[in-house]
Amino acid sequence: MSYVRLVNVTKRFGDVTAVNSLNFEIGKGECFSMLGPSGCGKTTTLRMVAGFEDLSDGEVWVGDRLLSSPKKNHYLPPEKRNFGMVFQAFAVWPHLSVYENVAFPLRIRKLPDSEIDQRTKEALKATNLLSAANESPDFLSGGGKQRVALARALAINPDVMLLDEPLSSLDPHLREEMRFEIKELQQKYGFSIIYVTHDQSEAMALSDRILVMKLGVVQQIDTPLNIYNHPANQFVFSFIGLSNFLKAIPQDGHVILPDQSEAVPMTLKPPDSLRDAALLSLASRPSEIDFTHMEDPAGLHGIVSRKAFLGEIIDYQIKVGDQVLRVQKGRRDPGPEPGAVCAIHFLRPFWYKEK
Amino acid sequence: MSSIKTKSSFGVAQVILFLSIAILVIVVAFPVLLILFNAFWVNDEFNFAGALEIIKEPQTFQALKNSLIIATGTTIGSTIVGTFFAWLVTRTDLPHKTFMKSMFLVPFMLPSFIGALAWKMLLSPNAGFINQFFIQHLGFTGPIFNIYSYIGISTVEVMYLFPFVFIQVCGALERMDPTLEESARISGAGLFTITRKITIPLVMPSILSGALLIMLYSMAHFGTVAVLGIENGIYNIPTLIYERIHQSGGSFDAIRTGTVLATVLVISAAIIIYAQRKILGSGHYQIIGGKSFRPMELKLRGLRMPLMIFCLAYIAFTIVLPTVVIFLVGSLKTYGLAFTFDNLSLDNYKFILFDYKVTRDAIFNSVTLGFTAAIITMFAGVMISYVIVKMKVRGKGILEFLGMLPFSVPGSVIALGVILAWSGQFGINLYNTVWIILVAYIARYMAFSLKANSAALEQVHDSLVEASRACGATMWQSLRDIVLPLVRPGMLAAFFLIFLPSLRELTVSIMLYAPTTRTIGVAIYTLNEDGETVISAALAGIALIIIILGQSVINHFTKKAGV
Repeated sequence: MSYVRLVNVTKRFGDVTAVNSLNFEIGKGECFSMLGPSGCGKTTTLRMVAGFEDLSDGEVWVGDRLLSSPKKNHYLPPEKRNFGMVFQAFAVWPHLSVYENVAFPLRIRKLPDSEIDQRTKEALKATNLLSAANESPDFLSGGGKQRVALARALAINPDVMLLDEPLSSLDPHLREEMRFEIKELQQKYGFSIIYVTHDQSEAMALSDRILVMKLGVVQQIDTPLNIYNHPANQFVFSFIGLSNFLKAIPQDGHVILPDQSEAVPMTLKPPDSLRDAALLSLASRPSEIDFTHMEDPAGLHGIVSRKAFLGEIIDYQIKVGDQVLRVQKGRRDPGPEPGAVCAIHFLRPFWYKEK
Repeated sequence: MSSIKTKSSFGVAQVILFLSIAILVIVVAFPVLLILFNAFWVNDEFNFAGALEIIKEPQTFQALKNSLIIATGTTIGSTIVGTFFAWLVTRTDLPHKTFMKSMFLVPFMLPSFIGALAWKMLLSPNAGFINQFFIQHLGFTGPIFNIYSYIGISTVEVMYLFPFVFIQVCGALERMDPTLEESARISGAGLFTITRKITIPLVMPSILSGALLIMLYSMAHFGTVAVLGIENGIYNIPTLIYERIHQSGGSFDAIRTGTVLATVLVISAAIIIYAQRKILGSGHYQIIGGKSFRPMELKLRGLRMPLMIFCLAYIAFTIVLPTVVIFLVGSLKTYGLAFTFDNLSLDNYKFILFDYKVTRDAIFNSVTLGFTAAIITMFAGVMISYVIVKMKVRGKGILEFLGMLPFSVPGSVIALGVILAWSGQFGINLYNTVWIILVAYIARYMAFSLKANSAALEQVHDSLVEASRACGATMWQSLRDIVLPLVRPGMLAAFFLIFLPSLRELTVSIMLYAPTTRTIGVAIYTLNEDGETVISAALAGIALIIIILGQSVINHFTKKAGV
């Protein structure tokens, strides 16, 4: 089932290892996202797949075709790889009309004129650009330009589409719209997508699987749901969604707060494997903390230091000793007022060892 | 709302506007108008046919043709050379690219007529060192190359003018978004196809605009043609104007021919400037990228070393060789002696710096003229640019039009214009004094000052002044404390952009000098004409040293300022 295959892919720039021994496989028709903060190596990885960067080590395969392998001294240049690619800055050629932009890859392949025309028009139609075909792309909005780039990538009917932060130059509302357009096109044409983004909601909405990366090292590869619900480590937990970390010291199978200001409920137990750590982090999502009554034995006591109405939700800041937690509740949920003493209850606590 | 005082600020704006217009009218517009007037207005009536008659005269017509031939050759040559080198240093893995790039910019600061002098010494048909070498040692019966020809003149001009295209294309290629080329590559196009179908068309506006600049410059170029052409009877428009005015001592006929020729220059300059604006306006694509990945570098592979050697040879042949020749000849006891150790000394340099009145005067004149012109033009430029860029005042349109004039009026036209304006017909006679050169310098270099200062002013956002006004500062205080400090780098740039070129100025000064008001350029040229080749070369060497020192000072300062 696997179609694109990266084996031990490594990229070094001088002394810096930008991508460290990356392994993953992508199925045909799968949407695969690479997610991480800037400088994590996701774009470099995509550019290695595209052929714009050499590999320092490892191999890239598509189907049974070897694309890059420094060991075997094999390197297929980008123009021979038959990918579609969309860039962040559109990269639409201003000296060609919309039509000629899209027809360009077909002309390079020296297809017969009738086929060029037919496939160009089909790609323009799929991206709702038919009416702008003869215009200069300079007159299009950012969204329009990105559609031209998409149509150009679609025209050759690629098996794999490489998308390098294609939506981050667009307005937020347009971004959401285009997200679904890309998804629809994928379902229609059945190509695989490798999608690079630093926007987690974009990755969540589009992807079948997500790869989370940090400093060139894979942190987790999994479905969006599993990444959210079962983060592999503290970095993934903090990178996806909002997160709280409460520091705690293990003691007799339970934990105490470092400043011992509040008693931590006995029900909040770290897993056995972490009992010998010097310091732990209790990780939680602001939406997965409930307020409870003061006598609840599972409640941790704190003081409401701020309450902000954000429209659909209310955002609380709770001080527990000298640490601060964020809690988010629906706007209909009556919560404590600023200054009040309250008790909170963690619905799904995660435990991580602090270094 | 009656308490708002509009009157006083209105007054200040009007004063500045009036002053700005007055400067441009007196310095540029009036002399140019006089030229047009003299060209077409004869015996109290408009006489267009007469002007045509003058153009049809064999000698003037030939000069027009020559200007066009030389300019076309120079433009084509420079565009090819400039684009090719720009592509080499920005898009390939040529070794030592940074060094090459800085070397290719060196001809910018070297005066082309000094280069022409060097090439005359090297390649004049009979006496040129290279030709002699081939005849005496390699058995050639005649010169291998005659520099006194269209090809010779154009070749020398290309050597000094190609940086105009080079710098424009380099800039465009460096700023261009690399993904524009990458997306063509992923579309299946090879590097050659990408260069042809994507890269070149995208930088075409920059190539064309550089080419037009060269065309404009070459059409109106005096020095190279004066040094290399006159020998063989090749005159272009500026050299013929000079010849006529110079020979006749300002007779009516000579002035008439001069003004008609100058008019042709002004018109062609206007057409070129218009075409350039059109190209930059309509075709200037937004090709500047966001993410800055290094652009693809074409691997030259087997061609890497040959191309590097080619570049080094080009630099050695066009920059090092002429410079060395100037200094060597400048050290000779007598021209014609062999370059042996016995025949070389520093005596000539000592002589022209300390003993020879003509050259000492010339150096003093050039330095004081350049400094004064730079100071005056710098301040006038700030004021005029400020009105054009920042002020909203009625009548600004006139100033915008006048502000474009200095860009399109060639040096020889300015020289002729100031002769007409300041020779006593209008009550003031500056002819044969150093002041007439000063006025001409101000007119000639106003464009540089306007360009540098308006670029600096455009960086100063209006809100900065508004913020200062909101803090309670008056308009004058805001100008003094906010705007002026922020445009100081622009003013400094303007000063040096004027001071350095004026040290080597020839085109204007040659038309205006009197025996005691020679400038460095005039002294080099006239000494060479009088057969004082050795002294002239020594002075040229001194000029090169001053220019290179000055340029290093600028580079030092701009680096420090982080510009």
